[in-house]
Amino acid sequence: MNTQSRRFKVVDHLLLAGAILPFLAVMVLKVLTAPPTEGIEISGALIFFTIPLPMGGLPITEAQTNSAAVILSILFLCLYLTHGLTAKGGLKRQLVAEWIVEKCDGMVRTNMGEYFMGFAPFIAGILGLSALSSLSSLLGLFPPTSDMNIVAGWAILVFALITYYKFKAGPVHYLKSFAEPVPFLLPMNLISEVATPVSMAFRHYGNILSGSIISVLLAAAFAGLSNLLLGWLPGVLGEFPFLRIGVPAVLSLYFDIFSGALQAFIFATLTMMYVSGGFPQALFEARKAKRAAKKKAKQVNAAQAE
Amino acid sequence: MDMFALAIGIILGGCAIGAGLAMIAGIGPGIGEGNAVAKACEAIGRQPECKGDVTSTMITGCIIAETTGLYGLVVAILLIFVAPGQFVDILKTTLGK
Repeated sequence: MNTQSRRFKVVDHLLLAGAILPFLAVMVLKVLTAPPTEGIEISGALIFFTIPLPMGGLPITEAQTNSAAVILSILFLCLYLTHGLTAKGGLKRQLVAEWIVEKCDGMVRTNMGEYFMGFAPFIAGILGLSALSSLSSLLGLFPPTSDMNIVAGWAILVFALITYYKFKAGPVHYLKSFAEPVPFLLPMNLISEVATPVSMAFRHYGNILSGSIISVLLAAAFAGLSNLLLGWLPGVLGEFPFLRIGVPAVLSLYFDIFSGALQAFIFATLTMMYVSGGFPQALFEARKAKRAAKKKAKQVNAAQAE
Repeated sequence: MDMFALAIGIILGGCAIGAGLAMIAGIGPGIGEGNAVAKACEAIGRQPECKGDVTSTMITGCIIAETTGLYGLVVAILLIFVAPGQFVDILKTTLGK
């Protein structure tokens, strides 16, 4: 593709800007609205403003704006990657896009089976959203995944999907599945049903939040240590925390990058496992066959009546 | 006022001790995940061609084993960052201050 038209390039740059600008916007918003802090402080998400509602205020927090920025950025990134797709495969970014789609398809096929292939975009969406949310802490933003509310929302969505697929074999089977293997385990089964979304939300949020807390504590510890070791230097040199340069970045390699990516993968894996694990395949197929047979019998009866 | 300060001190100390005790929950997942990884290493050593399958199964098992430890972690985080303020508020409202 040597002869790219001018219009193509302009749209390209606009899409790239669309992928980067949301992050810049929330960074500016944070710089403008964050109250000045002294030293190290661990606090939750900033509340920008509260929308008054009859049931009580609806606070708009940093976590919400940041996750909206991540969603916008992913949208424009996808548009950028798929811009100029050709059957021959001309651009390098097409290889990246194809690689992502193939990996997600393969993951869903091995973990969920052929029936759930429609889940591949959803799983890819969860992976990208979660990974990019966690990695946004590298830009100094508040990672949306370290707010319980955001992750709990995802977990509730996944719970709704699990329940929907459990219902596929009929409500009677769904209710009966709580009294298995023996009826007196009913309360246990109910608790474990509720524990699924709770544990998913806690796992993701706990891992990311504990990582950021440890990072903050380490930064404080390095400041104190450099004060202790290099405090004898004259003037500004003695006050400047030299050990805080670079050393926490090594630890952030684990706590921010590795842990964030791993938690995204884990959330997606658990989604696939729970949705396909709760789906009663044999019963669903039996029910489908029975219904088809009934319909056919009805048609035959109607034809005979005529 | 002295008694009030003492009460707040007891609240803060109790929250800190509780958070420390909650993190005892970290022992279980540590032992469990260690066992899982050790067995996975053995399996890979015996059958190196199964490395991908063994690793993905091990990670899934580790995730499940980690859950109880994370419950402890979340309880500890709540006890350190959220609970003291709430308890002090309750104390203030009951004392009418």
